[in-house]
Amino acid sequence: MTVDWSWIADHTDDLTTLTLSHLQAALTAVLLGLLVSLPLAVVAHRVRALRGLLLGLSNILFTIPSIAVFVLLLPVSGLTRTTTVIGLTIYTLVVLLRNTVEGLDSVPAKTKEAAKAMGTRPLRTLLTVELPLALPVIMAGVRIATVMAISLVSVATYIGDGGLGQLFTDGFQRNFPTPVIVGVVLTLLLALVADALLVTLQYVLTPWTRRKRSA
Amino acid sequence: MYELFKDLGAWLVSGEQWAGSDGIGHRLAEHLQYSLLATLIAAAIALPVGLLIGHTGRGAFLAINLSSFGRALPTVGLVVLVFLASGLSMWPVYIALVALAIPSIVTNTYAGMTAVDPEVRDAARGQGMRWHQVLFQVELPLALPLIMTGLRLALIQVVATATIAAYVSFGGLGRYVFDGLAQRDLVQVLGGAVLVAVVAVVLDLALSGLQRALFRHRPAKSA
Repeated sequence: MTVDWSWIADHTDDLTTLTLSHLQAALTAVLLGLLVSLPLAVVAHRVRALRGLLLGLSNILFTIPSIAVFVLLLPVSGLTRTTTVIGLTIYTLVVLLRNTVEGLDSVPAKTKEAAKAMGTRPLRTLLTVELPLALPVIMAGVRIATVMAISLVSVATYIGDGGLGQLFTDGFQRNFPTPVIVGVVLTLLLALVADALLVTLQYVLTPWTRRKRSA
Repeated sequence: MYELFKDLGAWLVSGEQWAGSDGIGHRLAEHLQYSLLATLIAAAIALPVGLLIGHTGRGAFLAINLSSFGRALPTVGLVVLVFLASGLSMWPVYIALVALAIPSIVTNTYAGMTAVDPEVRDAARGQGMRWHQVLFQVELPLALPLIMTGLRLALIQVVATATIAAYVSFGGLGRYVFDGLAQRDLVQVLGGAVLVAVVAVVLDLALSGLQRALFRHRPAKSA
């Protein structure tokens, strides 16, 4: 199995387009996932009765195979990018919800009481005390969700989307390994770079964790 | 929409759909065979590795990064790649599925081993236990809940991914998904997808039930 380097040289434009489309699908899904899971996590954190229900429900969603999720969405949104993004969002939800709830749980009760004693209102406490302190755990979830979404985009190739995943079907149909190898390598690189960027983002966003560690 | 679900229901329960070599019964057996065998092979490789890394503390970097790598690996690409390299044999399916299952087992086994209280380990050593006694009589039993979690996670992923085996012309429940997509038969596609999802959920519930039955005597320790 040899790599046909000239094929790569001839297709750099296509590869760029596919990589960008791949990245766009994954990032949209993670952002949507955050948008949905943040309020749900706050509810699950505050209302004990709903917590088990929400986490259990997201766990069951996670056991459904990705190809099945995409296919089950077909009657709703058809062979479109929307289907890809919704399917991926469902996957990111599980990780994001669980980590955000755990992050909020990890905020010491004393800190919250101190905020209350200083007269900070609940919403302000949530936004300026709880969420920032929960950020490291939330970011761990965002990292996992992003890497997972990037790898899962290619499954959507079976419903006519899939970014770099199209290289897999292309290579398979033509019995030509080069696009498949390129697709796998680019997906791994994309995941690696995205993960590194998120680590950097977290480093910038949470200066207090650095100070604690160096002390 | 309603018609679709009615057809889907009819498809799932019809007797002729379940019988024969391309019937649901046979495809279900194939799917279970791929999934269980691949998970067993993966466990045979990953458990010793995870235990060794956890016991010696060496290679922790590998154990932690392996899971990230495993998560990033696009399984569709992996299946197609092994298929193109090895031709029409069962290898692509098993290699891809085993490769997929190994990271979560290694990582969780390692996590279970590191969660063992160092004082317990020291006490065992202090009593004069040999390394293999410490490993098998102290560390392994304590790490077992997390190891089971890793096995469950691996099995779920494998069941889901075994669907893709059908794309490179193998059997299993994915057959319905891909044949249906090719024939523009949405009912068949949905039927296959629902069956895979049901198998995944049922296996996960069965394993978590087993896990709970095995560790009933032990209070759950949050990691």
